[in-house]
Parts: sequence; C-alpha cells; structure tokens
Amino acid sequence: MKQLSTKVTSNGHGQDSSYFLGWEEYEKNPYDEIKNPNGIIQMGLAENQLCFDLIESWLAKNPDAASLKRNGQSIFRELALFQDYHGMPEFKKAMAEFMEEIRGNRVTFDPKKIVLAAGSTSANETLMFCLAEPGDAFLLPTPYYPGFDRDLKWRTGAEIVPIHCSSSNGFQITESALQQAYQQAQKLDLKVKGVLVTNPSNPLGTALTRRELNLLVDFITSKNIHLISDEIYSGTMFGFEQFISVMDVLKDKKLENTEVSKRVHVVYSLSKDLGLPGFRVGAIYSNDEMVVSAATKMSSFGLVSSQTQYLLSALLSDKKFTSQYLEENQKRLKSRQKRLVSGLESAGITCLRSNAGLFCWVDMRHLLDTNTFEAELDLWKKIVYNVKLNISPGSSCHCTEPGWFRVCFANMSEDTLDLALKRLKTFVESTDCGRMISRSSHERLKSLRKKTVSNWVFRVSWTDRVPDER
Amino acid sequence: MEIPEKNSGRGGAILSKIATNDQHGENSEYFDGWKAYDKDPFHLSRNPHGIIQMGLAENQLCLDLIKDWIKNNPQASICTPEGAHQFSDIANFQDYHGLKEFRQAIANFMGKARGGRVTFDPDRVVMSGGATGANETIMFCLADPGDVFLIPSPYYAAFDRDLRWRTGVEIIPVHCSSSDNFKLTVEAVEWAYKKAQESNKKVKGLILTNPSNPLGTMLDKETLKNLTRFVTSNNIHLVVDEIYAATVFAGGNFVSVAEVVDEVDISEVNVDLIHIVYSLSKDMGLPGFRVGIIYSYNDSVVSCARKMSSFGLVSSQTQLMLASMLSDDRFVENFLMESSRRLGIRHGVFTSGLKKADITCLTSKAGLFAWMDLRHLLRDRDSFESEIELWHIIIDKVKLNVSPGSSFRCTEPGWFRVCFANMDDDTLHVALQRIQDFVSKNNNKLVEKASVHDQTIQNNNAKKQKWRQGNLRLSFRRLYEDGLSSPGIMSPHSPLLRA
Repeated sequence: MKQLSTKVTSNGHGQDSSYFLGWEEYEKNPYDEIKNPNGIIQMGLAENQLCFDLIESWLAKNPDAASLKRNGQSIFRELALFQDYHGMPEFKKAMAEFMEEIRGNRVTFDPKKIVLAAGSTSANETLMFCLAEPGDAFLLPTPYYPGFDRDLKWRTGAEIVPIHCSSSNGFQITESALQQAYQQAQKLDLKVKGVLVTNPSNPLGTALTRRELNLLVDFITSKNIHLISDEIYSGTMFGFEQFISVMDVLKDKKLENTEVSKRVHVVYSLSKDLGLPGFRVGAIYSNDEMVVSAATKMSSFGLVSSQTQYLLSALLSDKKFTSQYLEENQKRLKSRQKRLVSGLESAGITCLRSNAGLFCWVDMRHLLDTNTFEAELDLWKKIVYNVKLNISPGSSCHCTEPGWFRVCFANMSEDTLDLALKRLKTFVESTDCGRMISRSSHERLKSLRKKTVSNWVFRVSWTDRVPDER
Repeated sequence: MEIPEKNSGRGGAILSKIATNDQHGENSEYFDGWKAYDKDPFHLSRNPHGIIQMGLAENQLCLDLIKDWIKNNPQASICTPEGAHQFSDIANFQDYHGLKEFRQAIANFMGKARGGRVTFDPDRVVMSGGATGANETIMFCLADPGDVFLIPSPYYAAFDRDLRWRTGVEIIPVHCSSSDNFKLTVEAVEWAYKKAQESNKKVKGLILTNPSNPLGTMLDKETLKNLTRFVTSNNIHLVVDEIYAATVFAGGNFVSVAEVVDEVDISEVNVDLIHIVYSLSKDMGLPGFRVGIIYSYNDSVVSCARKMSSFGLVSSQTQLMLASMLSDDRFVENFLMESSRRLGIRHGVFTSGLKKADITCLTSKAGLFAWMDLRHLLRDRDSFESEIELWHIIIDKVKLNVSPGSSFRCTEPGWFRVCFANMDDDTLHVALQRIQDFVSKNNNKLVEKASVHDQTIQNNNAKKQKWRQGNLRLSFRRLYEDGLSSPGIMSPHSPLLRA
C-alpha cells in the first residue's frame, strides 16, 4: 500500500514549473549593491516595497497600536486569547472601509460578509472548497498567476480550463474565448462551476475594462455559474482610468441583492496594496450567506494572527493615513513603472500598456530565435544566467504565445532598477550583433540546449527551497 | 427570462458538498452550553449569578509572565521604536520556510518542554494555521479521500472537522473504557485495525493526542514504544498531537514520541511513519497568535507539508516576536517551571473541591481540564439521554458550562470534561461553591427529581416541549436548519475551535 497521499507524490503543488526555477538560481547568487554587485537581480517578485516608510512613520506616531494597548491599557491578554473565526469586528470594519475607499466609495462592503483568511492564497483555496467538487472546473483567462495551479487545484481536486487571450487585442477577454473555454471544459467532461479573474491582472498589469466585466457578468448569468474576482491589486491602480470592480458593475447593472450577485465573490489581501505579505491577511467577500458561513468555518485552518488584526485595524481605521497612503502609493508605482517602460524602450523593448500592478508584461518576441516556447526558455535562461535578471517567462503563466515575460519593478531600489535596465540594454545590443555572426552554430547549440532543458526540469523537481510569492 | 433553480442541472451554480454538509460538526447540540453562556456570562462583580465557562480549554494562568517579557523586550516587536528597523523586512517576509530564528526557537522550546530529554531539528519544523491547520495538513499528506485513521476515544470533538471535513478522510474510534481508566492499549488498537481491514477499509494510520484531551492522562513509555512497533509492522502512520506537552503538572512524567524515536532500535521502528503536531495555544496560552507546527521524521512529508503551509503561514510579526521570546532560555525555563507549578496547584484545588462534593475525577497529571465522573448522578447509568439531561441541569441550575462526554464520543455516559485553567482563583472558588451547594442540597434528590420530571414528561407533552426548549434546544434537525438560516448572527464563536 502506498505510504503517502497522492498529493505528496504528484506535482500538484506546481513547483516544478520554470517560474520557480529562476528563484533557485537567484537564491544561489542574489544581487547585493555592495556585497554581490554582479549577482542576479530579482525581478520575478511581485512585491510592493515602495511605501514602507509611510507605514513606519505611522507606527512611530501611534505607539498604542504598536504596543498592544488600547486607550493606554494593555490588551495583550485579550489578543493572546482571541481566536474567534468571525475575526475582530473592528478589523473587518476597517477592511470593508478600506476596500470601499479603493473603489472611490462608489460601492459598499458589509463587514459581516467578509471572511478573513491567511492570505489570498488561503482565500482562493477556501472558495474552491466551497464552490467546486473534485473534478469541477473553473475557467481562467490566460496568462494567469502560476500559483493558481496550486491554490485552486492541488488539495481541492478542482480543474482549471484556460480562456485563451491573445496579444492581438491586448490580451483582453472576448466572448468567443469564453464560449470556447466553456465548450472545451464540456468536451473534457468537466462541470464548469465558474470563472475566476484577477482584476487588475497578474501578470498583465492591466485592469479589466468595463466591457470585459459586463461580458463576464452576462456570461455567468446565462450559464448560472460563479464569478470570483481576485482584486488583490485593486489599490495598485496608477493609470488615468479609475479602477472598476466587479461590484461596480453589479451596481451599475442594478444586480445588487439579486440571485446573480450571490454568485459573485471578491477576494482581497493586503499583501500587494500595503506591501505586507508577511502578515498573511486575506479576505473573501461574498453575498451568499452559505458561502460566508462555510468559509468562516474553514477559516479555522488559517486565521489571521490576532496581534496582526489589531495592528492593522488601527492602521486602516486612520482615514487620514489611508487616503494619503493610497494616493502616494499610486504616485510612486506610476513613476516606477514609467522608469521601467522607458528603460525598456531605449533597449528596443515594448510592453503591454499597463495601468496597475507591480510589474509589466514585456514583449520580447523579437528576441526569440524561433516563435516557440523552447526559444522562450532559451532566452529566459540567457537572461537569468548571462544578463543576471530573474524574470518570469510567459509560459509559466500559461500564456499561449511565446516571447512574453513578466518583469517586476516595485521590489527594488531605483538604482537597482536602473542597473537591471542597463544590463538588459547591453544584452539586447550584443544579441543583435551576435545573431548576425553565427547561423551555423545555431543547429549545434540547439541540440545542446535540448539536453540542458531536460536536465533543468529534472533538477527543479527536487527543489523546494522556494519562497512563496505572487 | 426564467431564473434557473439554484441547485439544478449540470454546471449549475450550486455550492460544493463540503460547503453544504454538516461535516464541520458545528450543528451539534453541544452548542447549547455555549449559547447559554453567551446569553448569561458570569462576571465576578457585574454578573455574579451568570454561567461560568468551564468548557473552554484555555490556559490563562501564565499570561502575566509573557506580558512582562513583551514589555521588557520592545525590540521583539516590529512596531516599537526599538524594533521598527526590522519592520519592512519582516512585513515583506512570506517564505514558507519561516524565519530561521523562529524555527530554531520553536525547536528549542519543544526540547525544553520535554525536559531537555530530546532535541528537535529546526529544519523539520513546519508552520501551520494553529494545530487545527496542522492536523488537517498532515491528513492531506498521509491519506487520500476514503482512507481511514484510527483514533482513541474519547477524543477532541473538533477532530471530526479537522481530520475529515475537507480531506475526505474517515476516522474510526478505538474505544477506551473506564474499567481500565481509559488507558489506550496496543491490543485495542490492533483489534480496531483488524476490524477496519475486515470491512475493506484502507487504514493509513493512528492519530492520538498525548497528553490526552479530554482525559488529561499520558501514555507510558512502554505503550508508546509498542505503538511505534505496531505501526511499523503494519506500515501505517503514527501522528501524535502533543499540543498539551507543557501542561504537565509539577511531578508529572511526560514521554514524547520523540524520545521513543531516539531510543528504539532502527530495525524496530520506521521513523518515516512518525509525525508530531504541536502548537503554542495551550502550553503558552496564545491561541490568538495561530502558531501550529508539524514536525515529521519523514522528509517527503516535511517537504509537502511545507508547501501546504502556504495556506496557513504564521504571521511574520508573530514569528519574530516568538523567535525572540523562545530563544530567551532564562524566560523559557522559568515559564515552563512556573506554568507547571500553577497548573498543578489549580488542578489540586479543583479536584479537592470536587471531592468535598463526593465527585471524583480520573487521575491525571496534565491538561487544562479534569475528566469528572458523574455517573452516580445519572438517572439511568446506561443512557446518554440521561447524560444530556444531567448536562442541562448543570447548565441551567448549577450554572456551569461543562462538556458532556458524549461530545467527545465517549462510549460510557456520565463523564464530563471540566476546564479549570481559563479563569481566576475567585471564579474557580465560586464554581466549586456552586457544585458543593448543589450536590449537598440535592443529594440523592437529583435522581428522584429527574425521574419525577420524567413522569411529568410522559404525562404531558406540552410541558416536555417547554422544558426542553427553554434556552436549550435538543433537536438536531432544528439546530441544523437554524444553523443554515442564521450563520453570522446567532452562531457562537466556534466553540469547537476553543475546545
């Protein structure tokens, strides 16, 4: 009898993907301005490190929250013992109001409909457990966050069927793509339970348009299925456009308090907007009482630490702070994104025009030897090993077209970003020259590369020294 | 347009079975005590006649020591001026390996909590969302849906949820009886194992809590050794939940399965089958901080559990604080000694107070509760209905919330778990006084009263209905429906979680 579960022995955790391979290489040789200036620069990490100073100065001005006191009295004991899976009421209220603020106070969130979770990793998995049986499918537009393969499928047994999006229209979701995905699921004999989108999108860095959101709501209405909108990047919107949440669309279509609204669920987290992934704060928002009830019980498996709930409820209840933070955060992200985009442009590289997120979706198709994923992997290896930048290849995000890469810009200093861009520019210029030099050695190298790829895949399957990230 | 039925058709927007079944176990009648308490909670000055909460296995006896340490160590917090320089690194840190210092501190604490008799490898320490998360995760690692784990009864009620709900694993109890003080024997496990196999069940392992909840008793070394030999010879797993490891009273002898792993012959025991679940919720009284640990001797399990810990990592803010606290050897040694001493005293005061009311408890040297023998007060010693009746009397008349044995799947009526470490001395005194008063007032009348009541019930259905309804509902069906229709407002704060 097999000793361990199939979850251990399969690779459902998804960590054998190339996405995580770059991590391994980075870990071996991490860039440090002083200690290791020739090391690999981490650009595969969607972290927001731009605004810690704002939070730190808030802490300095708010000693009570910092030292677990309320009105000068220690509440340590109360926090030590607080494990109510309903969560701290003042924290949920603060979260609801913060979410409203991000959406320009156009929609309201009822704190009673919020379920806390240990990060959106846990929130997404919990929603799957609530909405899908093993073997049921959710449709996801590609490209999508690689971690979804683990979060949505691994322990739940659910399946993902991709909604193919293409560069021809800026990777927007189309009606025909939706229908095709639905039919594909049926061909595979999978029951479709819903659609899951990340809005703004990871890895694209674009917010869904109103047209796409309307399309999605109409689609789930007609198919009688669920819609999960993971809005983890909602506070990173820096474009001229306003962020449109699925909740906005429900309101505009006068679908609030209808049966359809019960099938729309929002996932949120403070990991990206506030740059606090270490604190493990995620949330599910649902209009369906049964989902809230079941998810609340499931949150027992991943509650938010009470000391963290307390600290953040104080932080988020300070409206002066939150409005200042959101504005400054967006300003800094915009400036940083511009820096990356113009740096890339000077190297002859374009990006998908983005208005949100902590990364750009970069078009390196012109740098591929052939229009294949093999060539994409080759290019990626060169970038990791020779250019010494860890970026994420589009194939790891299930992109259907080779040559796209996700490059993060908010997890490093400006100087480091400039250095990265300089390295990339040098590489591109040398490649252009290089390509002109030798065509004959191409075939020789091709077979060498093939061998190297399979070695790498073998090597990565034993890897587990990989930090968790989005 | 016709509105499609919610649960209709292929691909309809129904919820999963998991979301709609009651396998989470929270619709059981054992909520009644909680609800009664929530409506009328005792307070020494503000509500001295309210219900005293004795169904909550919390350790509130040493929080002052921790509070003092935190006050004297501001650098352990990322929010204080002394610690703020660490803020951004910590806030950013989500590596599922956890902070190295945290793992080291946990390994250090675990070793000290076992008297330094054994050491733990920090690289085998894996985080989880409390022991709740740890137990579920270990099931996901060791068993597939439909597989079986054996578990000695009586056992912690929430295991029904933690081990089974989302995992699809089945649990089969190994019944222990009062005739030999609820001791777990290898023979009983062997018998349960054989029976399960005869019904074509795939048994993947045995899981037990040591020290035991609700019994407060501990396994002796020989039994533990034999259990490890048993699982090895049958190639099944042994998971030991040692969440109460440091709640051993002064003078008690706790043997961790880690010590057995150290001592036994490698030819006799396959350590790949041995796993420990731990937490700081009971030993340190910090359930709010959600610190669960999986410690496995099996590398594949460590690796897989670590990946799964993404679903329930410990907040980095909490990791940092505890890394600092638990590597302070002086604090740890003093804390463990003092906690042990205070628990022992509290247990002594409680059990001797019960003795005055002619109530005995199972002899125990650990835990935050006593396993109280009230069989002599039952109307009918063989009926669980009388246990529930007695329980309602205790809640309603004596005004104490205690946990009936049947909620722990005990096979003999009349046993109750009573917690004593979640209140101050004065409250304990009041609780004991109430018990003593009630017993002396109703000595032997309790049985009469119950049977008179019974007569009345038989003669008058309406009265029966009224008596039962009061604040307390017994009907499973109504409870289930109620649970579904008003989840947020009426439901208690997950007592199973705090049990």
